Amino acid sequence: MRKSTKRIIKTIVFEILLITSSLLMFAPILLAIIMSIQPPEFVFSYPPRFLPRGLFLQNYLEAFKIVPFARMIFNSALISIFITLGKLVTGSLSGYAYANFVFRGSKISFYVLFATLFIPAEIVLIVPLFRIVSRFGWTNTYWAMTVPFLASATNTFLMQQHFKTIPKDFEDAAKIDGATPMQYFTKILLPLSRPIIAGAAIINFTYAWNMYLWPMIVAMEDRMKTVQVAINMIMNAESSNNWGIIMAATVVALLPTLILFFALQDLFVKSLVGSGVKG
Amino acid sequence: MRRKIFPYLLLIPTYLVIVFFIYAPAFDALYNSFFRVSVFGRRKIFVGFQNYLSLFTDKDYLYAVNFTLVYTGVTVVVSIFLSFFLALLLDQKVPGSRIYRTLIFAPYAVSHAVAGALWGFLLNPVVGHVNYLMRIFFGIQTHWLTTTPYAAYSLIFASVWKTLPFNIIFYLAALQSIPTEVLEASIIDGASSWKRVWKIIFPLVSPITFYLVIMSIISATFQSFAIIDVMTKGGPGIYTTNLVYKLFLDGFRFQKIGLASAQNVILFIVMMVITIIYFSYGQRRVHYQ
Repeated sequence: MRKSTKRIIKTIVFEILLITSSLLMFAPILLAIIMSIQPPEFVFSYPPRFLPRGLFLQNYLEAFKIVPFARMIFNSALISIFITLGKLVTGSLSGYAYANFVFRGSKISFYVLFATLFIPAEIVLIVPLFRIVSRFGWTNTYWAMTVPFLASATNTFLMQQHFKTIPKDFEDAAKIDGATPMQYFTKILLPLSRPIIAGAAIINFTYAWNMYLWPMIVAMEDRMKTVQVAINMIMNAESSNNWGIIMAATVVALLPTLILFFALQDLFVKSLVGSGVKG
Repeated sequence: MRRKIFPYLLLIPTYLVIVFFIYAPAFDALYNSFFRVSVFGRRKIFVGFQNYLSLFTDKDYLYAVNFTLVYTGVTVVVSIFLSFFLALLLDQKVPGSRIYRTLIFAPYAVSHAVAGALWGFLLNPVVGHVNYLMRIFFGIQTHWLTTTPYAAYSLIFASVWKTLPFNIIFYLAALQSIPTEVLEASIIDGASSWKRVWKIIFPLVSPITFYLVIMSIISATFQSFAIIDVMTKGGPGIYTTNLVYKLFLDGFRFQKIGLASAQNVILFIVMMVITIIYFSYGQRRVHYQ
């Protein structure tokens, strides 16, 4: 009897703590969504209001007027998709090399690659990276925003770890059947790796979509900028501090990755933990 | 013969990117850090270690070093402890835990720039909800983003909020991989809940803590640029200018290539040290299962 009352009290305490913390963590996103669909009278009311009333889409239309927003959304999508595809291709190729082949220099080249595991070059090396990219004549182009990010140690590491778990018997059987190493790779190895590829894809997409400093620097013209950069542009342009419009831009910037996350949460979590490394 | 060169062919695309866009810039920075590049003459003057010397005698740079340490330190400590407790909470088998998990993990998906915009709004002295609640509950009435020390607090709110979910995800996975026998044994031994958390669970997940501390340091030092740029632009004055923001100003606003290259070299060395610490110390301990 006493034990079960204690258990109920414990559950209630945990529920209260959990509800409070989930609301606190999610409130900033929720409030942004609410503010983005409310008129200025609502946004500027004091004390601030929490519960929305009706639907007001003018903020979104305004955001599209202040900056070439449609083009920026297209830029972000294009860049993120190319970076994602590139990282998957290069990562699975090099992962295959390290997982399935013995070759001279494999160890030393592995270290050369893995020394870069944590280095976000677009931040840590921004000045020389910018110099190199401008020497290529790439400023203001999609090249600058994609090519430097088409491969990463993280993706090689992730794929290599996974390929190692696939039984050697498959490779031997393929060899006996006369398959070339490339055929084995495309016909057997990759199809067996669908979940890990999907997981890597969403993590890479999220990272690319959320980049800020680099696209801001290499895209001088507004029509080459991305949605993340647009947030700050709208903030600076809106001298009246119309937060409804700013929040509309913010919601556009956060919605694609948030929806992706809600839809594929388990895959996200699994591959994030499985990779043991970020980005 | 074909078989022999095959693995090298597989590596080419990855190495092209790594060499051209990480190693080449690293050497470019190292080389240029020994020159002064004049803006008009397009001339390079060899100055030896002068750039490094002027950095370490530059009050603003030393301030940025100091601010980076404080900002990163506070963010990492707060984020690690909060995330450990939230993970403990989420690990309880109570109704609705899946929904709580989804809501708490959500900030993982948004960018640092978005985090900056959201918190800039919440702390706005006119329309902000958090600003309002702070006034009601703590009597704090201030311009959060433009006054000291509140500008620093604002940044820390945003970066803790942004880094929490990543840490919680890893802690939760670690907690779920602790064998139940270990916990059951401690219950039989009569360890109280608190004692169990600190004496048994926390040490058991210490390899994850080590990994998360490294990742949080990287995130709070380097990725936080977007938060600073959106919220405070390094101000008021230089109050919230960290190393990356300072580098951005010197490299792109003021075009001091030599000085910025020296800063890049220093950041690169810092990153390398962190990586070496991780591999030599962490690798042995992280895979504890």
